[in-house]
Amino acid sequence: MIDLSVTVKNFALQNPIMPASGTFAEGLSDVVDFNRLGGFVTKTFTASKRPGNPVPRICELNSAMLNAIGIPSKGLDDYIKNTVPFYKQFQPPLIASISANTAAEFGELAAKLSQVDGISAIEANISCPNIEAHGKAFAIEAKSTANVIKLLRASTHLPLWAKLTPNTSDIIGVAQAAESEGCDALVVGNTLLGMAVDIETRRPKLGNIMGGMSGPAIKPIMLRMTYQCHKHVNIPVIGCGGIMNAHDVIEYMLAGATAVQVGTATFINPTTMIDIIDDLATWCLEHDVTQISEVTGLMDDSPFEPYTALS
Amino acid sequence: MAVVESKSRVLSNNWVNNEYKHMVIDAGPVASKVEPGQFFNLLCPQTDTDKPFFRRPMSTYYADEKTNTVEFLYKVTGAGTRGLSVLEEGDSLEVLGPLGKGFTMDPDYQHIIIVARGVGLATLAPLAEQAAKMNIRITAILSARDKERLMSQHRFLNVGATVIEIIDTDNSSSLENLESLLRKVHQEDPYNAVYTCGSTRITRLLNELSDELKFNGEVALEQHMACGIGMCYCCVRPMKVGSQKEIKSKRVCADGPVFNIKEVVL
Repeated sequence: MIDLSVTVKNFALQNPIMPASGTFAEGLSDVVDFNRLGGFVTKTFTASKRPGNPVPRICELNSAMLNAIGIPSKGLDDYIKNTVPFYKQFQPPLIASISANTAAEFGELAAKLSQVDGISAIEANISCPNIEAHGKAFAIEAKSTANVIKLLRASTHLPLWAKLTPNTSDIIGVAQAAESEGCDALVVGNTLLGMAVDIETRRPKLGNIMGGMSGPAIKPIMLRMTYQCHKHVNIPVIGCGGIMNAHDVIEYMLAGATAVQVGTATFINPTTMIDIIDDLATWCLEHDVTQISEVTGLMDDSPFEPYTALS
Repeated sequence: MAVVESKSRVLSNNWVNNEYKHMVIDAGPVASKVEPGQFFNLLCPQTDTDKPFFRRPMSTYYADEKTNTVEFLYKVTGAGTRGLSVLEEGDSLEVLGPLGKGFTMDPDYQHIIIVARGVGLATLAPLAEQAAKMNIRITAILSARDKERLMSQHRFLNVGATVIEIIDTDNSSSLENLESLLRKVHQEDPYNAVYTCGSTRITRLLNELSDELKFNGEVALEQHMACGIGMCYCCVRPMKVGSQKEIKSKRVCADGPVFNIKEVVL
């Protein structure tokens, strides 16, 4: 019997497969069995209502997509009234992804959610590139990350995950800042800021002009950052970016991920997460792995033989 | 689970004219229960030159529960449909559906009118067949660029619909002429409801007339989609909701693609 369970710092998941925020909603339950997932990460919401960005909000690229949905939000009350009860009918834990304009608002929202029965953890989306101009977000800098995580930590007893951004020049500094302010895990990470232009109409392909790139094309970048974070912090890292199949998950785990989130792939094939869970068990069986959690950080990154021949 | 993701076998995929192809797939018992106005999200094959990444939504042209088949009529126009066009008999196609909310029809209706243009004819043909089964009289105004593009008349004629063809080449499809046709038909045999899809201009006209002549209406909308099941929020449209006509965002894939004509913000 293969044990697929993992523990994200005291927080147990029956398997390492979760949806990435924004790529998952109630509608998927028409297609897959929700009870098989490791956890539910819902679409980011804000305390008050938001309309989101102009259309077009999404465009396709080669092996990737761009989105600038802009976090349309029905607000906290709707989340408590409709979303939380929906997920209560299933066994996996609900992880609420939240966003706010200021660190103080983040703290207030987290405090309110901590009183709600049925929410098991908070994922702080401090990295959405589509809310502020030019992709600015808390997680771009260590200082603003520390500031917001400190307030969040003081506001909630729930497990607190920070979703980081690749749109930073200092992923290690940001990760360490989140850890030192009491974050329980890092999600690495959000989308990569990009753009696309329609050469016939001479218009941007997104209503927001810029948007977040996701999908298999960005996997090497997110995998690298997962590895860097794993090497430099002691809290668990949840890998996220371009995962299409079980082999991608193993790759992330070898590089240091404790668990993973699957996003864009679900848009292409809605059964991806379930297929991955099945295939992970098969992979473990074929590789004499009895507990998948053993795979985390198992990559041998010892130095390669130095190359000494001069050109 | 009323939605299935399945590998369907392509039974045929033939050119109808130089723009359109007609594809028949063996979709299985759940998918073939698709209702008029619902759609499928198709994983279009990638080719040497076209790399569609997202699936493509496509409404059904015909579905038969007895043979488990679903048919599509599509214009080969972009990366997705060019990808679909290479499929041959025996190939497999990943199909997700049936998706979305289809047309609704009150059994008390006596007479309905269908206004369809271009590829929208394919979407509305199954609705005519449903109405005929309910013994509702049907008038179908079919609009296209020219005679050759009025491809589905037989589907409407076969179920006893009164078919009126209007085309661009003789200007009979002008909005003015369409309006006078709609008024004339209503005068002779008032219709309870109108069904349409696609065209913003036609939808706007029908919306205005529906207030004046007091008939109901539904419109099937098109919008670029990714997931097709209400998760990504990319296919949103503003809608007038409730008695206060508050403007709210709705997803074409999950809240539609069929909407009450009075809801649509044009």
